[in-house]
Amino acid sequence: MTKSKSAVIRKADLLHVLDGVPHGIAVLDKQQRLLGLNRFLGALTGYNSEEVQGIYYDYVLRSNLSHKGNPLQNVIETGESITTEGNIINRRRQNIPIRFTISPIKDSSGKLLGVVLTLEDISILEDLGRKILGLSGLEGIIGHSPKMQEIFDLVPVISQTNASALITGETGTGKDLLAYAIHQTSKRSRYPFIKVNCSALPESLLESELFGYKRGAFTGANTDKPGMFRLAHGGTIYLTEIGDLPLPLQAKLLTVLDDKEFFPLGSSKKVKVDARVIASTHRDLKKFIGQGKFREDLFFRLNVLRLHLPPLRSRDGDIRLLIDHLLNVFNSNLKKSIKGLDQKALDVLLNYYYPGNVRELRNIIEYTATVCQENTIRSKHLPKYMFLSKEKEPLSSNQDQESEKNVGTLDINPESPSEASGSMSWVSVEKRMIMEALMKTGGKRGRAAKLLGWGRSTLWRKIKQYELE
Amino acid sequence: MKILITISKNHVGPRFDLANEVVIARVQNGQILGEPRIILLPGTSPEEICALVIKEDVSVVICGGIEEVHYQYLIWKKVKVFDSIIGPYEQALKLVLSDKLEAGAILPG
Repeated sequence: MTKSKSAVIRKADLLHVLDGVPHGIAVLDKQQRLLGLNRFLGALTGYNSEEVQGIYYDYVLRSNLSHKGNPLQNVIETGESITTEGNIINRRRQNIPIRFTISPIKDSSGKLLGVVLTLEDISILEDLGRKILGLSGLEGIIGHSPKMQEIFDLVPVISQTNASALITGETGTGKDLLAYAIHQTSKRSRYPFIKVNCSALPESLLESELFGYKRGAFTGANTDKPGMFRLAHGGTIYLTEIGDLPLPLQAKLLTVLDDKEFFPLGSSKKVKVDARVIASTHRDLKKFIGQGKFREDLFFRLNVLRLHLPPLRSRDGDIRLLIDHLLNVFNSNLKKSIKGLDQKALDVLLNYYYPGNVRELRNIIEYTATVCQENTIRSKHLPKYMFLSKEKEPLSSNQDQESEKNVGTLDINPESPSEASGSMSWVSVEKRMIMEALMKTGGKRGRAAKLLGWGRSTLWRKIKQYELE
Repeated sequence: MKILITISKNHVGPRFDLANEVVIARVQNGQILGEPRIILLPGTSPEEICALVIKEDVSVVICGGIEEVHYQYLIWKKVKVFDSIIGPYEQALKLVLSDKLEAGAILPG
């Protein structure tokens, strides 16, 4: 190892000191290879310092600097610091706007040893610069229904504290967005927001992912791994699907919440962390407690502050608002010029049950905007499944379930125009039932028979009898 | 089947959306057919690269960083995506053929 290189590495040791700085910092050698990242940059990029040492910086940072005339090379050649704005794409596939400051590292004789790259997350500044929609107090969450207004009023209060928060609500209601909004409006916003999906990994992997491990803790643990709790130091750790967290890990999480410290896997040294915990779930945790699947003490610890996101179907007026907003978004994204929807399509959208909530509505509008080649969206552009089955229950088991009709039952409305005469014979009622069942099942007779509660042959016979073929 | 890799010199390109070059390899029974084709894409948008993937009927994409929206689009189009790959693209290609490549892999070299 050359003297100059070891000098840079001594600088790299400074990274431990720089771990407390709320900006990403990378130390590079003259060949633009990484010598180390501070903890903040590790959280921002999704890599830890050890695993990326010696790699050309841009394979890890994935910035757009090379498309801006390679300012890093300029700094190496001129020895002068440069600040420029750009972006990175991290391991979590997020595009983050960044202000880069590139400074040379020189020895006492002025000889260049390497480069320090400082990355400042400027997404908040960009957000402020954007045109505010004026529909809600929180970027990305749209709604003006009284139920959502209650949430918007609570967020600033919850942001001011460090207490654990629990967000509940059906799938697709915007739990992740709300958690991020709480983080962004809190004093921790300049520190990392780390999201961990508790249902995505098996127990053993999840433990190492959350709490990290010491080198040699198990086969394959070749380097120390800091774990998500440490990466979230100073910021917020967001645990989604907390209801799916295995029981042994629930105990460990409870300890962390109480003591703010834990033992990484294979380590005898406790690690102290200052991370706010926000958890979310679409499950009914009280029911889980009754079934022995969730610890009651953890529930009470998390349930200090509780936010419940209402399902879309119970948000008065928000469906129309979201349709208009999403149409604007996809018009711009897909370079379309769709002006609106006709009344029939709008009626279908306004009366649909949305078991997948806002996420489902977003997908429906995206699909519709993609398929529609006209200026107005008509019902024929809507996804077929909206007509085939009337979903009457949300996808998730949740405390919000309302007493609605069962899935797939036939709903013959006596007030519908065709029957308004009130003088329908049983034959015409039966004919109509058959027609409706066939329409709902896309002409599939087997499914239609099931829906009617008849055998296939009965349906076949009646279709023949009423000449409905 | 076809495999598309966004490249930068001899490595997997760090960003899907800023890729200036891609390699398309045709594969049959785990073997590369002929010489992989290199396509230059100066100033191409990520949407155009996605369109190229679909037009060329590519089954597997190997890339560095990719935004969620493009990743989800490719997944929706039934394209398998190995993202966050760091290392020489030929090595990535070899590994994917032997079913040993994983998203997020850091390959030596």
